[in-house]
Amino acid sequence: MRLNEEEKAMLAGETGPVRQEALRHQVQVGEFFGAEDLVAVSQAHIMADTESLGEAGVEWLESLTKHPGKERVVRIPTITDPRGTDFNKARQLGQTEKMIELERRTVAAFIKLGVTMTDTCINYQTIMAPVFGEHVAFGDTGVVIYSNSICGARSNFEGGPSALAAGLTGRTPRYGYHLEQHRRPTRRFRINWRPQSLNEWGALGGFIGRSSGNYWSVPVLEGVEASPGSDALKHFGAAMASFGSTALFHVVGVTPEAIHARDLKLDALPVEDISRADVLALQGSYRVTDEVDVVVFSAPQLSLMEMRDVAALCDGRKFKIPLLAVTSPQVKPDSDRMGYTEIIEAAGGTVFAGMCFYQSYAREIAETNGWKRLATNSAKMVNILGGYGYTPILASMEECVAAAETGRLA
Amino acid sequence: MNGPVYIARHAMGKMVEAECLCANDGFSARYDLNRLEGKFSRPAHKLFGESYHGKILVLDTAKGGVASAWMLYEMKSRNLFPAAIVFNSVNPILAQGAAHAGITMLAGFDVNITEKISSGARLRLDPSGKTVQVLD
Repeated sequence: MRLNEEEKAMLAGETGPVRQEALRHQVQVGEFFGAEDLVAVSQAHIMADTESLGEAGVEWLESLTKHPGKERVVRIPTITDPRGTDFNKARQLGQTEKMIELERRTVAAFIKLGVTMTDTCINYQTIMAPVFGEHVAFGDTGVVIYSNSICGARSNFEGGPSALAAGLTGRTPRYGYHLEQHRRPTRRFRINWRPQSLNEWGALGGFIGRSSGNYWSVPVLEGVEASPGSDALKHFGAAMASFGSTALFHVVGVTPEAIHARDLKLDALPVEDISRADVLALQGSYRVTDEVDVVVFSAPQLSLMEMRDVAALCDGRKFKIPLLAVTSPQVKPDSDRMGYTEIIEAAGGTVFAGMCFYQSYAREIAETNGWKRLATNSAKMVNILGGYGYTPILASMEECVAAAETGRLA
Repeated sequence: MNGPVYIARHAMGKMVEAECLCANDGFSARYDLNRLEGKFSRPAHKLFGESYHGKILVLDTAKGGVASAWMLYEMKSRNLFPAAIVFNSVNPILAQGAAHAGITMLAGFDVNITEKISSGARLRLDPSGKTVQVLD
């Protein structure tokens, strides 16, 4: 790889061993993918829940904090994905002291590295959305696909070690979606119907992701006549990224690199029609039971508008089974201020902030709480939770809230 | 007796020789594994129930989220990890995770590697030459 003088100095250890190791990691990944050089990035976003990190990962982070402050502190705004707990309600989830302590150690280490603990996977709705053409190093697949597709930013999936490396060096290897030639559509899908709910947008995204096949595939969707809005595109993209490892999509007439179909040169791509029945079949494949042990709204964290909608549906109800609504630390105070939290919790639900359900020791809390059959409106989450021993069911927000009252999906 | 050799476009890590587990399916450490038991745990996965420890995984494509980048390192710290991973198509997360953990990885072939190799075969991976060789 071609390195400039500053990068060579970092790699030589002239700015300390932490940045040296970060750049060495970036060069190894860059050379693996054939990157010619590094590109400057303006923001980094680190996914680092402790279920993924484990004791070994936390110890590795702590080892970085032993170095002098000027050598270990990130150079660009570097923020965090959801944590593995809401410290105020960890006991309610049945998390152990060991889990909570690991979280505390992780937070302490990140703070020493200069990382800003935003604990959110909806930073594009709440913190600082990237702008068109901005090169960033974002973790969380939902954050990357939204930033690339809706904002027109440039990012690959950056796992925790790589996102932290980008924070420390202010760079990332220039390959994949940092390069214009990889951003052109490779698969062409079309609908002649419109999803009616967040779960349907998620299921459509999941269908396209599953069909697209791999990270390097860039789907374009035609037939969406008007923008469905941020929350629908959030679920659409998050599910696509989850089912397909997809990092970028285009929607003709909606997303910034696909405003005009003629600019995309789509004629060479065969059209693949997706019917509503196709998408409902994907959703229905998860409906193996009507009995529900727990209802969860999470993945991605809920926006203020989603909190408003959940609260409106909860108003006046009394729940028979737990309902968990998970949002960001930025949205939670507004949810409190608007009275949404109080309405949800008066019905017997619980609002969590700063965590993500599936990143919160999902297997262990299922065993502790006797949760197996989980209803959610998140297509992303149903794709993930099967591996954790759950029987996840994809349903609308309305159906999920009603199920919390009866223990059954109607 | 040595068998065919396949050339990868992407490679990292050290030379590895081990038995393989092969399937035309995706891979995510979070979605597909019970990492405490060292087994594939997603019921729909073609390697469901199989132990991956010490095996070279030969799979179609990297799937899912960013967690695998940390998880490979964590799996290795508990000495319950695959010897190497071979993909038809890799994503950045698995490559970053392999780099962080020091796990050998090869990806990108002119053939569908999962159709050319069978589970149980013994393989030799040479990242410096970007080769996968079937040994028996």
